Amino acid sequence: MADTAAIHTESHVLAMAQPLLLDSGRSLAPVEIAYQTYGRLNAAKDNAILVCHALTGDQHLASPHPKTGKPGWWQRVVGPGLPIDTDRFFVICSNVIGSCMGSSGPSSAAEDGAPFAMRFPVITIRDMVRAQVALVDHLGIDRLHALVGGSMGGMQVLSWAANWPDRFGAALVLASAARHSAQNIAFHEVGRQAIMADPEWKGGNYYSEAVDDPRKVGPESGLAVARMAAHITYLSEQGLTEKFGRRLQDRETKTFGFDADFQVESYLRYQGLSFTDRFDANSYLYITRAMDYFDLAEEHGAHGKPGNLAEAFAGLKARMCLVSFDTDWLYPTSESRRIAHAVNAAGAPVSFVELSAPFGHDSFLLDVPALDRVIAGFL
Amino acid sequence: MASLRPDLAVIARHVAPGSRVLDVGCGDGELMAALVACGCDARGLEIEPANVATCVSRGLSVLQGDADSDLSYYPDNSVDVAILSQTLQTTRRPDLVIEQLLRIAPRGFVSFPNFAHWRVRASLMFGGHMPVTRLLPETWYDTPNIHHVTIDDFRALAGRLGLAVERSWFLKGGRVTSSTAANLRAEHAVFQLARR
Repeated sequence: MADTAAIHTESHVLAMAQPLLLDSGRSLAPVEIAYQTYGRLNAAKDNAILVCHALTGDQHLASPHPKTGKPGWWQRVVGPGLPIDTDRFFVICSNVIGSCMGSSGPSSAAEDGAPFAMRFPVITIRDMVRAQVALVDHLGIDRLHALVGGSMGGMQVLSWAANWPDRFGAALVLASAARHSAQNIAFHEVGRQAIMADPEWKGGNYYSEAVDDPRKVGPESGLAVARMAAHITYLSEQGLTEKFGRRLQDRETKTFGFDADFQVESYLRYQGLSFTDRFDANSYLYITRAMDYFDLAEEHGAHGKPGNLAEAFAGLKARMCLVSFDTDWLYPTSESRRIAHAVNAAGAPVSFVELSAPFGHDSFLLDVPALDRVIAGFL
Repeated sequence: MASLRPDLAVIARHVAPGSRVLDVGCGDGELMAALVACGCDARGLEIEPANVATCVSRGLSVLQGDADSDLSYYPDNSVDVAILSQTLQTTRRPDLVIEQLLRIAPRGFVSFPNFAHWRVRASLMFGGHMPVTRLLPETWYDTPNIHHVTIDDFRALAGRLGLAVERSWFLKGGRVTSSTAANLRAEHAVFQLARR
């Protein structure tokens, strides 16, 4: 039966009774976790799939986004009869901690009632997963049928596999990596510096002025630049060329000035500005930092040779599948292949496939029929 | 199992149920599916992404990769049986691939089209052309088969690598045929190898 939950946009919120202990040694309190569910949990509670969202995603997976009114970010994939079939599965998507869509983040109120801002502790991918584990516990689910995630969501799935290997039956990791490369970190640093260089950032304390409309304050220009830079890394050269080439925007000739003469410029400006309507700049700082710190082999090297990724998957029995895209230069195929060989060496049943798609890193969010087939078949 | 390709059927019949198996060049997973149905823990390696996607959607565990470069990632003795079916002739270094195969597993099955079959010989001898046959259907310039091998050549290679030929099967028209003059009469061969 198609669930009416598929059209409602209001998130559930879990308020954790306990503080969340973090990798940094600090703890976070109070903690709220916003989440959405689709489909129905069966009586045995064994049909749940947790979908982990990417850097700028949120829990609005398959229902319209409350701020933008746009369709959910994976509405193409999650729903009745779709590859992640909500007629069969109970699909959960929670907002990561550090974010600004209902889960505790730098814009949330600390115990003194004022926004955390930069008092928010630095978090890691594993800390995000700790919050997800708490949510799954809260929902009374011992073992998830599957975990699914792309990009940063894939890092969360890998962290589950390394730290909570008994809590799920299958894991699907799309366009992701077990560590952030120097190049990945470099691009994130450009974004963070753009935000912090904006005079409106004010050391992160820009919330106090947000009396009437919180979206209209803060380092909007810096955040837009950060988004523009990041957006380029999500696309492929081929994709950009096919979409825009060197075509001019609404004009016949170059203006010999600095307006957005080219279509690609105007597209990026639009992407940057529309992002500021829905995303908090400090959240962007914290979440990119969590991704930069991510290095699964390092996390699990303490008892053996450092950097041996196979040791991270020592306890894994669940089925795992990794998918990369041939035009993704942000998280290239070599990273997925490296993970696949590590999981294989650890003895867990693993599959890996590089799919061909023109859209670069964003391919996992876009229409790639081969991906749909892999998702549906694997689950 | 009746619908399996003949060389795969031979292999499937001789893999003990419950074995850990690596199928190198597993294609769309036909053999693996049969082995899984017999309780084997079967894993695959396959170079063609579309085939890997098909395997994954059948619920099989397959890594996309190249036998020439990727077998080194598999630990020693990580499976009981390693299989190379109709893949040998497409590899850059068949000798190194077979060495890897019998490093990963104590026992291996290798199947390949026999380039010494009389029809192949006749095509070269009388026609003067590279043969295009049922088992070697591509023309010389677009074939993935870059190292043609005969049954006698393969036996010699196994000997040089210090491997024991435990059993062998010769196929003609899809049926197992006698080993008499196999190098001339068989279209296809399957070898069961073990480390000495």
